[in-house]
Amino acid sequence: MKFSGVLGFCEICRVCILQKKSYLLPSLRESVRKFCAEQLAPHADEIDKKNEFPEMRDFWKAMGEMGLLGITAPVEFGGTGMGYLEHVIVMEEISRVSAAIALSYGAHSNLCVNQMVRHGNEEQKEKYLPKLMTGEHVGALAMSEPNAGSDVVSMKLKAVKEGNYYVLNGNKFWITNGPDADVLIVYAKTDPDAHQRGITAFIIEKGMPGFSTAQKLDKLGMRGSNTCELIFEDCKVPAKNILGPLNKGVYVMMSGLDLERLVLASGPIGIMQAVLDFAIPYLHVREAFGQKIGHFQLMQGKMADMYTRLSSCRQYLYNVARACDKGHFSAKDCAGVILYCAENATQVALDGIQCLGGNGYINDYPMGRFLRDAKLYEIGAGTSEVRRLIIGRAFNSILILK
Amino acid sequence: MSGRVLVGVKRVIDYAVKIRVKPDNSGVVTDGVKHSMNPFCEIAVEEAVKLKEKKLIKEVVAVSCGPQQAQETIRTALAMGADRGIHVQVTGKDYETLGPLQVSKILAALAKKEDAQLIILGKQAIDDDCNQTGQMTAALLDWPQGTFASEVSMEGDKLKVVREIDGGLEMIKINTPAVVSADLRLNTPRYATLPNIMKAKKKKIANVNPADLGVDLTSRVEILRVDEPPQRQAGVKVETVDDLVGKLKDTGRI
Repeated sequence: MKFSGVLGFCEICRVCILQKKSYLLPSLRESVRKFCAEQLAPHADEIDKKNEFPEMRDFWKAMGEMGLLGITAPVEFGGTGMGYLEHVIVMEEISRVSAAIALSYGAHSNLCVNQMVRHGNEEQKEKYLPKLMTGEHVGALAMSEPNAGSDVVSMKLKAVKEGNYYVLNGNKFWITNGPDADVLIVYAKTDPDAHQRGITAFIIEKGMPGFSTAQKLDKLGMRGSNTCELIFEDCKVPAKNILGPLNKGVYVMMSGLDLERLVLASGPIGIMQAVLDFAIPYLHVREAFGQKIGHFQLMQGKMADMYTRLSSCRQYLYNVARACDKGHFSAKDCAGVILYCAENATQVALDGIQCLGGNGYINDYPMGRFLRDAKLYEIGAGTSEVRRLIIGRAFNSILILK
Repeated sequence: MSGRVLVGVKRVIDYAVKIRVKPDNSGVVTDGVKHSMNPFCEIAVEEAVKLKEKKLIKEVVAVSCGPQQAQETIRTALAMGADRGIHVQVTGKDYETLGPLQVSKILAALAKKEDAQLIILGKQAIDDDCNQTGQMTAALLDWPQGTFASEVSMEGDKLKVVREIDGGLEMIKINTPAVVSADLRLNTPRYATLPNIMKAKKKKIANVNPADLGVDLTSRVEILRVDEPPQRQAGVKVETVDDLVGKLKDTGRI
């Protein structure tokens, strides 16, 4: 069954995002939608079934030509010099077609590229950004370890200074784009005794001696967004590859996490839109008891619930993105946005399966994939639990200050 | 030669939308329905931009007739590489009855005003399927026409056009200025990349009134009624060829 993506887009959202940039955002969305519908959609199911995307490199270059890989990067390095709202809309449209590839895209364009834009020195930006923009290189970011996920600050990857180099020893785990990345931003402990004040960010290149990747992880969802373990065995990294200040990596990491949560929150939005794109037409084709099932009250209720969840999440996300573009950054809201969007996406995906009934349970239909992909967003980029801590603690600290 | 190409772009209901007839049978529902540039117009824009990239022409001007939303379609053409746009404002009742005759009068007037060397249009629009505007525009201007083009090349001040016709392919050579209408296989339209969408923001769109061009928008066509196609009836299976012939005779088919 094939359904086009013309339904379900909230008119209120269309109106709300039309401000001064009145024609830009709809044009941008339409262009990316068309690109993904033609270049990515035909492969989406296969990517999930086989847990691989053989055409990934070509697709990355095609995205490079479209100008999608450096939305927030400056024009002089090949970026598009736009803002977070534009980045969110682009990732939403990619996620609508393939949440897995959108996640890889997000890891490249936000986790890697945006961090480099914000913290790289001129030499590093000139060396690494251009190829990341054209899609010739794939980017990644690594902070989590086999024994340090939520407690990422307790990471054990060590970086010991030796002359003009740092020697890295340890592992990273659950790294998106790990198997494919040419450039990776890696966080390591340069001063283990100083705990969070001893973390430094490094730029690692594929092929550096002592750096290797282990086998691709076999995941529940986001299949096709290649994930693996990174292994550092006396990996020599030039000292000039330090990103940002020495031992101040935790600041680079935490502020990056806020923006990572903001942009990745568009992933669940895209998934919810895909669920509606598919489920709503289905409800008006499938018949039972002599009529289209979409006309039964319980199904009308389901459509209403899915639609309002999507619309409210979308409004929250777009407004926080717009605030960030205006320079108002809030850790509380960035965490809040992805917390809310992710949990709603799982619920909407479950509703979507329910709408299709038995057909929702068969893998010939994409509803199962939507659910499996949606669940990741409650875990990656800080679990829902961590996000709740951040928001709760933010209130604690306001009231202590009185 | 001015080196200027006029490209007509029409805003139509998106090809993927399920069309619904209005309850009063006066037309189809357009409110709140997704619209986009007519696919054949995209091919026309692509061909014009390609000619400019080959340095065979100097400027591509995108033209659209309609209400405020027509500007979105012009912006898409600008994002594909057109240099500037002209929005001919047609609204309300005039827009409901706007058809190939009025549009071709508008295009002819603009072609003279802009000193155009070439007009490229889509062969037809996917909403009315008229396939008349290109031909009418050429006739009004007394220009040669190359319709259903699957290949266009410039040779000096002549145009070589390969046309898709019922019997196969026909190659003609016509003088410029001329009108060309684009068929499906002429090219594959490019995507509007993000940097080009940004650049298009700065390109100008001029607003023009049909009255200023001396064009009378009165329609000679009155739409009496619009209906959905009849529901497909189930077929009938027959056992033998004789039965088939008998049934065909019974229903008056032969």
